Amino acid sequence: MKLFKLLAVAAVLISVGAAAQQPLRMGFVYVGPIGDGGWTFSHDVGRKSMEAKLKGKVQTTYVESVPEGADAERVVRDLAAKGHQIVFTTSFGYMDQTLKAAKSFPKNLFYHATGFKSSSNVFIYNCRMYEPAYLAGIVAGHMSKSGTLGFVASFPIPEVVRNINAYTLGARSVNPKITTKVVWVSSWYDPARERQAAETLIGQGADVLLQNTDSSAVLQTAQDKGVYAFGWDSDMTAYAPKAHLGSAIEVWGPYYTKVAEAWLAGQPFKENIWWGMKEGMNDFVSVSQIVPEAARKQVAAKKAEIVAGRFHPFTGPIKTNDGAMRVPAGKTLTDKEVDAINWYVEGVEGKVPGK
Amino acid sequence: MGSFDPLIASGLAAAIPLVYAALGELVAERAGVLNLGVEGMMLVGALAAFAAVAGGAGLPAALAASILAGAAAAAAFAVLTLTLQASQVAAGLALTILGTGVSAFLGRGYVGFRAPATFDDLPVPGLSGLPVIGPLFSLNVLGYAAIAMLALTAWFLFHTRAGLALRAVGESPAVAHALGLRVTRIRYAATLFGGAMAGVAGCYYAVAQFKMWQEGLTSGNGWIALALVVFAAWRPWRTALGALLFGGVTGFGLYLQATGVHFSPFLLGSLPYLATIAALVAVSASPQLLRRHAPASLGKPFFEGD
Repeated sequence: MKLFKLLAVAAVLISVGAAAQQPLRMGFVYVGPIGDGGWTFSHDVGRKSMEAKLKGKVQTTYVESVPEGADAERVVRDLAAKGHQIVFTTSFGYMDQTLKAAKSFPKNLFYHATGFKSSSNVFIYNCRMYEPAYLAGIVAGHMSKSGTLGFVASFPIPEVVRNINAYTLGARSVNPKITTKVVWVSSWYDPARERQAAETLIGQGADVLLQNTDSSAVLQTAQDKGVYAFGWDSDMTAYAPKAHLGSAIEVWGPYYTKVAEAWLAGQPFKENIWWGMKEGMNDFVSVSQIVPEAARKQVAAKKAEIVAGRFHPFTGPIKTNDGAMRVPAGKTLTDKEVDAINWYVEGVEGKVPGK
Repeated sequence: MGSFDPLIASGLAAAIPLVYAALGELVAERAGVLNLGVEGMMLVGALAAFAAVAGGAGLPAALAASILAGAAAAAAFAVLTLTLQASQVAAGLALTILGTGVSAFLGRGYVGFRAPATFDDLPVPGLSGLPVIGPLFSLNVLGYAAIAMLALTAWFLFHTRAGLALRAVGESPAVAHALGLRVTRIRYAATLFGGAMAGVAGCYYAVAQFKMWQEGLTSGNGWIALALVVFAAWRPWRTALGALLFGGVTGFGLYLQATGVHFSPFLLGSLPYLATIAALVAVSASPQLLRRHAPASLGKPFFEGD
């Protein structure tokens, strides 16, 4: 304990002394390898773009493939103790560990991605992937010939369920007869099973696929089988140029830059944020030339509406897939409701697992 | 409801790399060498194959690269355990960890694009359209070769003198040594073969199935291959049966979901592993049977002492 106090005091002294002349030091804790091509990769792109923008003013360190759980707390403490005034912990499962570690470093600031607990020096940031998922749905609605879409899903948590819903709502805004088949693979990253799931969906007639998993296996499978799919988390055009219709991505750079600039300006950023396309934290990019021009225009128009705050994918009338009216016409789900979606919209086949 | 053919096809595709890795391990274990580094050797082989095609070297070179890389990893293991008499279990685990780390480190530059050359499906005209067995005739080269390797390995082990010598070394190295067999040399050869086959399994993932490189691409299938060897009671053809069962049960779980049958995905996800455990239990329910097939000196070091 004494050692911890000593380290904490040292860290504070360093940070106080550093504010004047030395660059701001920022630490990043990643759940996967930066080479995952998806979630962690996109966080690292954000870190690098922030570093490039604030050249000389910031200095960053990252620790990759940190398991969720007790190990994470050690890594967070270590970064703070080594003089990183700001630490970003980029996975849901670091929530309690970040809070615990932050208590020992009251002068440092901690930012936790996708969680729901904050404190005086821990703040949350999250993005709205369901917005680009809706746009992907519009494209799928135009491209599907069979009228059946496929979704390779990881775990039945609200974040994933609402992406399935948004994808289906987008598609049905174009073609109200479209249905979505969902296959759960119980993993964020298992290329073999993701591929088998994609093959199964294609075998069942799905001809445009989207995945809420972290590898590009689904996209590759689509190309091999002559159907279409989307990139997820990062621009995946290069993985399967023939099958790729567009990519739903996260853009973390501007947020990281804002947090750093606020600190440098002497007014640390102390807000919990949930940003989407409006703030530039999500985007739908690299829409393929295969997609008809009319559809591309429609996507661009919807995107503009979302960015301007004039359109929200979860605006009624929305029925659940057992026919009940869930969101009446004219109503829009609140953030709290969006964050708790555990039902399928009309058009999605089956039931949410565990329900 | 569509036909079952896509289900069979996806089960087959999932089974092929398992067959390669399990066959290689089976030969090593028949010679008395327990190499737990299958996962590591697969990853090294996968990266080598992807690096070869990414560098424009073509498919035969990719296959060769994966064989060499897998064998090289196995050679490191062999030096440690066969020459230096280190624990096979510890060295095998270390090989898995090392292979995972080294492939991730060296593979950084290969993340993010599709393999420029890939092993594509080569349907046999006339036969590939048949119901049920059709998918068996629309594999890629590595898929057909896997079937050939099965036959070849079974023939080698049970119908050749060299195969007999290899099995003798695995059963009783002391007796084999007394008979004049070069125990260490034979074990080296078997271990290298195991590594080469694991490398081919990796090549299949990187260049035939996923057509990409990502860290930890094999996602634990090396361990499944190890379990399959026990499941198969050290018999080559039964590894194919086990691999098909594993691939098939995984595929069937996903198939049920896609056809709208409501069933917990968590239970479905664990089905292949449950099936593997059930099969392992069934195999070892008769200890007599298991003991008759497990190489008697599996995992035990042997020092020739000359």
